[in-house]
Amino acid sequence: MQTKIKKIRKYLPVYIMLLPGFAYLLINNYIPMTGMIIAFKNVDYAKGILRSDWIGLKNFEYLFKTPDAFRITRNTLLYNVAFIIVNLVIGVLFAILLSEIRSRISVKIYQTVILLPYMISMVIVSYLAYAFLASDTGLLNGILTFLGLQKISWYTEQKYWPFILTFVNCWKYVGYGTVVYLASILGIDRSLYEAASVDGISKLQEIRYITVPMIKPTIITMTLLNVGRIFYSDFGLFYQVPMNSGALLNATNTIDTYVYRGLITLGDIGMSSAAGVYQSVVGFVLIMAANWLTRKYSSENALF
Amino acid sequence: MHKKELRFQLLCHIIMGIAAIVTILPLILLFISSVTANKDITLYGYSFVPKHLSLEAYSYIWNERMQIFRAYFITIFVTAIGTGVGLSISVLYAYALSKPYFPGKKFFSFFILFTMLFNGGLVPSYIMYTRYLHMKNTVLALIIPGLLMNAFNVILIRSYFQNNVPISLVEAAQIDGATEFQVVMKVVLPMSKPIIATIGLFIGVAYWNDWQNGLYYVTDEKIYSIQQILNNMLKNIEYLSKNATSVAKSTSLAGTLPAATVRMAIAVIGLLPILVIYPFIQKYFVKGISLGAVKG
Repeated sequence: MQTKIKKIRKYLPVYIMLLPGFAYLLINNYIPMTGMIIAFKNVDYAKGILRSDWIGLKNFEYLFKTPDAFRITRNTLLYNVAFIIVNLVIGVLFAILLSEIRSRISVKIYQTVILLPYMISMVIVSYLAYAFLASDTGLLNGILTFLGLQKISWYTEQKYWPFILTFVNCWKYVGYGTVVYLASILGIDRSLYEAASVDGISKLQEIRYITVPMIKPTIITMTLLNVGRIFYSDFGLFYQVPMNSGALLNATNTIDTYVYRGLITLGDIGMSSAAGVYQSVVGFVLIMAANWLTRKYSSENALF
Repeated sequence: MHKKELRFQLLCHIIMGIAAIVTILPLILLFISSVTANKDITLYGYSFVPKHLSLEAYSYIWNERMQIFRAYFITIFVTAIGTGVGLSISVLYAYALSKPYFPGKKFFSFFILFTMLFNGGLVPSYIMYTRYLHMKNTVLALIIPGLLMNAFNVILIRSYFQNNVPISLVEAAQIDGATEFQVVMKVVLPMSKPIIATIGLFIGVAYWNDWQNGLYYVTDEKIYSIQQILNNMLKNIEYLSKNATSVAKSTSLAGTLPAATVRMAIAVIGLLPILVIYPFIQKYFVKGISLGAVKG
């Protein structure tokens, strides 16, 4: 006991350093975790959350009886799958091209430009999209009219939105992936390429048999990281870019936008907290599974 | 062989050139639209080649400058405080975790790591911050929820400390009688400027661009950030004129608001600071992203 106190005293400054961060995580992350019990209660603020009546799984029963439950799950999953594939393919392609370009200044310029959208807030991205998609003044409809075609009411026609959102997501985030994969390619031992050039293989063979296999660990790690987050969506992308258009909900509503609308617009705490718990729990299982796979594949890249 | 190589280089440049143009075109359209005559846009729509240039949108915004200035001030204030406090608590937490041993290290590591795996979601956070901590319509609501500290940044800083600050140096300083805090200030931080700059920028840009906290927690126009003004104008183009405080109020009949161009001009104003500093900070961003990839 004595030694324990002594030990703690010795390390007291370390604990003091941990304290502000610890307190923040406790408030910002851990208290809301315990707050998930509201999904199992009939919240009555007059009684306080702890004293509100338990209603078991009622909120979940209601949620899964609505067609929304299937829709938001489908949208969240399918969009993420599309985003993962598109951003992976284009990100790796751009990284390979950049690594091959000889002029250093050009590489710098390309990289700087394609990373730029990563720094732009989703609200401004929505303005950019609006300039193209607005029904009477948008550039796209201008072009359609010029070509003698019918205008399209973009903000009410759902069928275009899977493509629009995938494009916007790629536009905004592909620079990030490119930087990651480029860093990985630049880390490849140059002597591999020298040996290959002695053997006289072509550029395409070089890419296929050296570059891609060497960055495979990075590709797998990045992909598993994204797969672990497949139950979460970028709220801004799905809420702001479609301008919160009700006509598009079937194609743009994800778990995150559903929770927000339930909470703020409808004030339906039961449904939105149930959807939130659904997301947290399934999301947790998916992250654990993805991490388990990562550890199996390359343990040094596992999250824990 | 030589010709083949040349052709390959050309192909790379063409593809990346197209990619760069596609990336930048929307921004150019935004800028051009903001200096187009409003009646051109209502007649012909947004275009890269406007028939008439005009600064009417900017002069309209200039008349409403008090709102914009106030929003800028709020954004700068929130970004400065958020980045300062966030960076400090992240660095301290990361430094503690970088130590080879202290009782409870495993617990504190897990405590932050677990936040990457599981979270309570929006609803409990919202209820806690509004009902119990009474942050609705306070500047604190723009600073505290979500953004102050995250596991990803702390892990990056910790790895940097572990790989770049030799333990022998820390121990030597301690033998010389330096306290833990002095070690951080005098030994660790001077050796870690790149990571401090990188994480500071990550946090700073997140605050500058944040509109979600405003959307969730703020309805009081006095503490609107620049992103929130943008957000409200996206939904309701009349927003600025509705809240007009200046001379423009008397003249702002429905017809006088150059809606289509003001929308774009105000987005330009929100975007400009990022565009101006981006060339100077992008190398830190690239470094941070690459680091994150290595130590996901």
